[in-house]
Amino acid sequence: MEHYTMNLTLKVWRQKSSKDKGSFETYQVSDISSEMSFLEMIDVLNERLITEGKEPIAFDHDCREGICGACSMYINGRPHGPWEANTTCQLHMRAYKNGDTIVIEPWRANSFPVIKDLMVDRAAFDRIIAAGGFISANTGNAVDANATPIEKDKADAAFAAAACIGCGACVAACKNSSAMLFLSAKVSHLALLPQGAPERKSRVLNMVQQMDKEGFGSCTFTEACEAVCPKEISVANISRLNKEYLIAGLTEEK
Amino acid sequence: MKWSEFFTSSVGKKFVMAFTGLFLISFLIVHVGINACVFADMYEDSDNGEMFNKAAHFMGSSYVIRLMEIGLFAGILLHIVQGYLLEVQNRARRKQGYAVNMGSQGSAWYKKSMGLLGTLILLFLIIHIAHFWVPSRITYEETLSQASYNGREMHDVFSKMADVFSQPVWVLLYLLGCFSLAWHLLHGFQSSFRTVGVHNKKWLGVVHSAGVAFSIIVPLIFALMPLSFYFGWVTTTTK
Repeated sequence: MEHYTMNLTLKVWRQKSSKDKGSFETYQVSDISSEMSFLEMIDVLNERLITEGKEPIAFDHDCREGICGACSMYINGRPHGPWEANTTCQLHMRAYKNGDTIVIEPWRANSFPVIKDLMVDRAAFDRIIAAGGFISANTGNAVDANATPIEKDKADAAFAAAACIGCGACVAACKNSSAMLFLSAKVSHLALLPQGAPERKSRVLNMVQQMDKEGFGSCTFTEACEAVCPKEISVANISRLNKEYLIAGLTEEK
Repeated sequence: MKWSEFFTSSVGKKFVMAFTGLFLISFLIVHVGINACVFADMYEDSDNGEMFNKAAHFMGSSYVIRLMEIGLFAGILLHIVQGYLLEVQNRARRKQGYAVNMGSQGSAWYKKSMGLLGTLILLFLIIHIAHFWVPSRITYEETLSQASYNGREMHDVFSKMADVFSQPVWVLLYLLGCFSLAWHLLHGFQSSFRTVGVHNKKWLGVVHSAGVAFSIIVPLIFALMPLSFYFGWVTTTTK
């Protein structure tokens, strides 16, 4: 694709702290390269703001390779912007043309309070993982990878679920602010593998309980989460989570 | 885990919606089957509602069915109350909304409008129950004429239908009710199965196809009833 430059109007959510009310600020950016990433475009704006003695826009980012799940921007009404199966850091400016207006908002959910500008607190996800998203096996010497035979289809399905990077786009897109796609990916990943079997029941019960404590909504299968997930996690995982919960809830001794 | 915890978690509340929804789907099959007896007049002109009146009489005269009716009302009530509670709770999960919304990206309008569609069905249900259930089960003969077949007296619900569906306003409202039901079922049917744990592709395909077929066929048969009376395809008299 041929390189071009563009001038853009950005409407960015600015909020000093979690206690601040916040509002949109409009910025004009010029000579933006079509080969820049979206975050690099914000970097250019931030450098200018710093030069002008103004507060730069705070936003989460880490790997900038689409694998860490840190970047989280709601761009023109869609988490991670217009491209499918993509994170904000992997969105490139060739998605836009000269003269475009881009509205950038933070994830919106009571469970993801805004820390500053476009940064939200996603520690609720960490607490859900801490409630059961692991196996309690003692580590020792690394065992041979082929010591535990696993059916190829199940290994593939577990891997597809494990691809979840916990970015929170599912919550941001869901009309109910439900974290079920995230939770179902974490539960499915371990439920499909023999290593996850010993804690299978307590895991799903504890993780759902924690999710409810964090104040996320319930799933009504609108599938908006799947449509925006950068890792294309399937909503079929939510049905698997529900099946796990149903069996665990009915058969758990306690 | 206590039962109360099981059914009040976010997943458990959805189980309640799904199980009551599936129960109501099974009721629709019975309801549409019984009511389809009105079409007997199309094939046998002298029927004049006899087959339907007898079927309706059977449904009202058995204690077993009257007991099941209580279960049905409980199911409807639970589905409505839980549905509204979930709608309110889910809406409250995002106090501050977005300036630019996703719209229908990745999610069809009817999947996001189950509360609205359910409300339309509820309003329709109130009218529908007032039209037929109340006169035949509560106030009895006062508003219903009697039919007699081989010396057996029973309510002439068929004539009541002919009376109600002679008025265009009710025909239109019933069509709107069927239309809302079709969209509600289009999401609700497959969503119920997915909520209770159907996740393998083989069964999801079956559930999806069955859901689309059910959502079209059942409301269509229901919609044909007011239309049949209004256009005189079925009548209380022999030509």
